[in-house]
Amino acid sequence: MFPIISKEILAPTISKFVIHAPLVGKKRKAGNFVIIRVIENGERIPLTIVDSNLAEGTITLIVQAIGKTTKLLCSMNAGDSILDVVGPLGNPTPIENHGSVACVGGGVGTAEMYPITKALKGAGNRVFSIIGGRSRDLVILEEEMRSCSDEVFITTDDGSYGQKGIVTDPLRQLLMNSQSGIKAVYAIGPLPMMKAVSNLTREFGVHTLVSLNAIMVDGTGMCGGCRVTIDGKMKFACVDGPEFDGHQVDFDELILRNKSYLDFERMANEQLLKETASSHEVAP
Amino acid sequence: MTVLNPLKPSERMKIPRQHSIEQPASDRVQGFTEVSFGVDEERAMIEATRCLECKNAVCVEGCPVGIDIRSFIQLILQKDYAGAVNKIREANYLPAICGRVCPQEEQCEAVCTLGKKHMPVAIGKLERFVADYEMEHNLFTPPVITERRDQKVAIVGSGPAGLTCAAELAKMGYRVTVFEALHAVGGVLRYGIPEFRLPRKILDLETDRIRGLGVEIQTNFLVGRTATIDEFFEEWGFSAVFLGTGAGTPNFMGIPGESLPGVYSANEFLTRVNLMKANKFPNFDTPIRMGSNVAVIGGGNTAMDAVRTAKRLGAERAILVYRRSRQEMPARQEEIHHAEEEGIELMLLTNPTRILGNENHTVTGMECQRMELGEPDESGRRKPVAVKGSEFVIPVQIVIEAVGQQPNPIIQATTPGLKTGKRGVVETNEKQGTSRPGVFAGGDLARGGATVILAMRDGKQAAVAIHEYIQSKVQDEGNKAIVSTGAEVVGT
Ligand SMILES: Cc1cc2nc3c(=O)[nH]c(=O)nc-3n(C[C@H](O)[C@H](O)[C@H](O)COP(=O)(O)OP(=O)(O)OC[C@H]3O[C@@H](n4cnc5c(N)ncnc54)[C@H](O)[C@@H]3O)c2cc1C
Ligand SMILES: Cc1cc2nc3c(=O)[nH]c(=O)nc-3n(C[C@H](O)[C@H](O)[C@H](O)COP(=O)(O)OP(=O)(O)OC[C@H]3O[C@@H](n4cnc5c(N)ncnc54)[C@H](O)[C@@H]3O)c2cc1C
Ligand code: SF4
Ligand code: SF4
Ligand code: FES
Repeated sequence: MFPIISKEILAPTISKFVIHAPLVGKKRKAGNFVIIRVIENGERIPLTIVDSNLAEGTITLIVQAIGKTTKLLCSMNAGDSILDVVGPLGNPTPIENHGSVACVGGGVGTAEMYPITKALKGAGNRVFSIIGGRSRDLVILEEEMRSCSDEVFITTDDGSYGQKGIVTDPLRQLLMNSQSGIKAVYAIGPLPMMKAVSNLTREFGVHTLVSLNAIMVDGTGMCGGCRVTIDGKMKFACVDGPEFDGHQVDFDELILRNKSYLDFERMANEQLLKETASSHEVAP
Repeated sequence: MTVLNPLKPSERMKIPRQHSIEQPASDRVQGFTEVSFGVDEERAMIEATRCLECKNAVCVEGCPVGIDIRSFIQLILQKDYAGAVNKIREANYLPAICGRVCPQEEQCEAVCTLGKKHMPVAIGKLERFVADYEMEHNLFTPPVITERRDQKVAIVGSGPAGLTCAAELAKMGYRVTVFEALHAVGGVLRYGIPEFRLPRKILDLETDRIRGLGVEIQTNFLVGRTATIDEFFEEWGFSAVFLGTGAGTPNFMGIPGESLPGVYSANEFLTRVNLMKANKFPNFDTPIRMGSNVAVIGGGNTAMDAVRTAKRLGAERAILVYRRSRQEMPARQEEIHHAEEEGIELMLLTNPTRILGNENHTVTGMECQRMELGEPDESGRRKPVAVKGSEFVIPVQIVIEAVGQQPNPIIQATTPGLKTGKRGVVETNEKQGTSRPGVFAGGDLARGGATVILAMRDGKQAAVAIHEYIQSKVQDEGNKAIVSTGAEVVGT
């Protein structure tokens, strides 16, 4: 059992959890993730380790409630426990001093971007960060990102905050501006966003790393469900990734694979709604 | 001693081999209950009577863990079933599992003297009988551990290799911790082999008994990531490590269409059902895609389990596609026979070339080629050769690939100095020692895919070697201690 130490609501659908998992916290590096199972009948899902605290033996997860498992988790509070947490999984992000880098986070992807941004800053890079969200609500971790960036750009689809538009707009500006001297781009967010970023940086020949959120079961290389095509070759996102060269990723294939269980997910969601409606004893 | 069985050998030979009682195929495909009920007491007794009680009991040599088969059969004749199962347990701590999944026809039963002219004694079925009898009648008595030792041993992986090694070391008095990456214990026994061949109740009971020996099992711990082998020695205070991480990484054929949703590795398909209970969706949250027509590629135990599972999930046509002929199929004969009874179609001498999808990107069919058997290859099996122009399409919505597995690379990549051979198989000597002192390995990790009983053999062998290793170190340190205190005395 992995107790939830604290919970903070960052946006209507996004919550931050501090969880007691000392072994994971001790070993995790930027880019690593965990697989969790919230309850006995639950699914195993991957979540990025956003931060850790060695003294407290904790890790931080930031979760967007989109389907049954993430909604269930987001309905939990300090004092509740998560049944299973295993990690740190995946390869850590290669961190080096490129000189100047751009860190692009879209939606909850900003949470996954934050530890990497921090590490890149720590390695001596000049860091330009771009945070994107559909609306003001979904722009998260602005303070944290500012603390480890030289400059921060914010975009919202509806223009409710920052610049109206998408993350590729300021990125294009940065890439065109020789003053910024960007040598590498790190991007995490929805697949269409990472695809757009990769297409853009390809034009400029700037190396780009993206984190692939394939559907996972074990997270240890045992099922092959997380397989992705990189430069025409099959890779397992959980052990070979989750980060890959964005210019080599077959995004369309992954977008398709991630829709494998749409009907089931809808059903599970409806079930959760029904359970919540018919029971007064649901986790508060 | 042999007064127990008054029959003359010639009379014993006349008794026909007893068969298991089985659930009718039409009933069993409705769910996941066990296919075979084993033999009852009466049949077990008749079967035991068939044993010739050979002076030179060759059957024992045929068993990789050296179970004293003749003696346990004699105990059955005395109706001392608890004694019989304890006799088995001396050599193998998981009797209820072996009796069910061990390929006995290739091991002990293959060499049984009675088998030379008649059918061999049904050793596996007797093993299962006494193990089940003990369970039903609550006769289990845990072994007494006479000595407690201070040294700690880490076991990586909770498959049959790891569990056996843990049990043997715990019986010797060591402090043993098993580390398992998944949230549940058992390795392939848990996520691969389906309930209808190995009920979870039995697996749970056997693992509880291993815990009962004082073995600690830590799940959710991926060795190499959560902690490394080096850390086990330097920070965690372990004296030795056994690696039993299996060969869990699935191969894919590399044909077009493999990335379509609806194409699974057998591991993923079986894990979703066996470990995550996707067959009970939405009461369990993990989903699984199904279709009316399912093709499984391969001819081993894994393929057989996948295709029979697909049938139980409601496939109207569950087809096994294998590129050689029936004789070359590596699956156990008994399982092929059961599969056929259940209405599984065997499409032999057939090789898939392409998986086809529609505009919604769901699988609609699998293109295959007919094959012929040519010259024998390195494995001695006749090599299948494609028949030109023989392509045809099977209409299917789900394709499951069971075309081999290899060791998971995490341990090898995070343990400097650990020597590996072909396909990441960890190299071991005859005592299961690896190139790293204090690190031992066995089971599929060292064999690249074998059987439950060979994994157990390795685990047992490694336990003996670990004991020797630790004791020789203890002695060395003792000697050093004497030398150093001696030196101090001289110095002062
Ligand atoms: C390496 C990695 C790191 C991630 N980090 C974070 C994070 O820090 N914060 C966060 O909010 N989300 C993260 N995700 C995504 C998160 O895992 C999914 O949102 C979650 O699994 C959805 O489950 P659900 O039951 O709530 O929704 P569902 O309704 O089941 O699924 C919604 C969508 O999520 C995806 N999905 C479903 N099941 C899985 C699964 N088992 N594994 C992966 N994806 C799945 C599918 O694309 C699906 O269409 C990460 C994913 C990966 C692969
Ligand atoms: C579907 C299927 C059916 C089979 N049927 C039969 C049969 O009928 N009869 C038979 O004799 N054999 C059968 N086999 C083969 C048999 O199951 C294997 O040979 C046997 O399980 C190997 O045992 P093992 O202990 O070496 O490894 P495994 O059983 O593979 O167990 C390895 C364990 O280690 C864990 N692990 C891996 N890496 C790590 C790590 N880094 N840290 C912590 N834990 C880790 C895994 O999660 C797993 O639980 C079958 C195999 C399959 C896949
Ligand atoms: S463990 Fe297997 S080989 Fe050994 S006696 Fe039992 S069935 Fe035979
Ligand atoms: S070889 Fe066969 S007949 Fe002889 S003792 Fe063993 S089981 Fe009995
Ligand atoms: S999640 Fe199973 S192999 Fe990656």
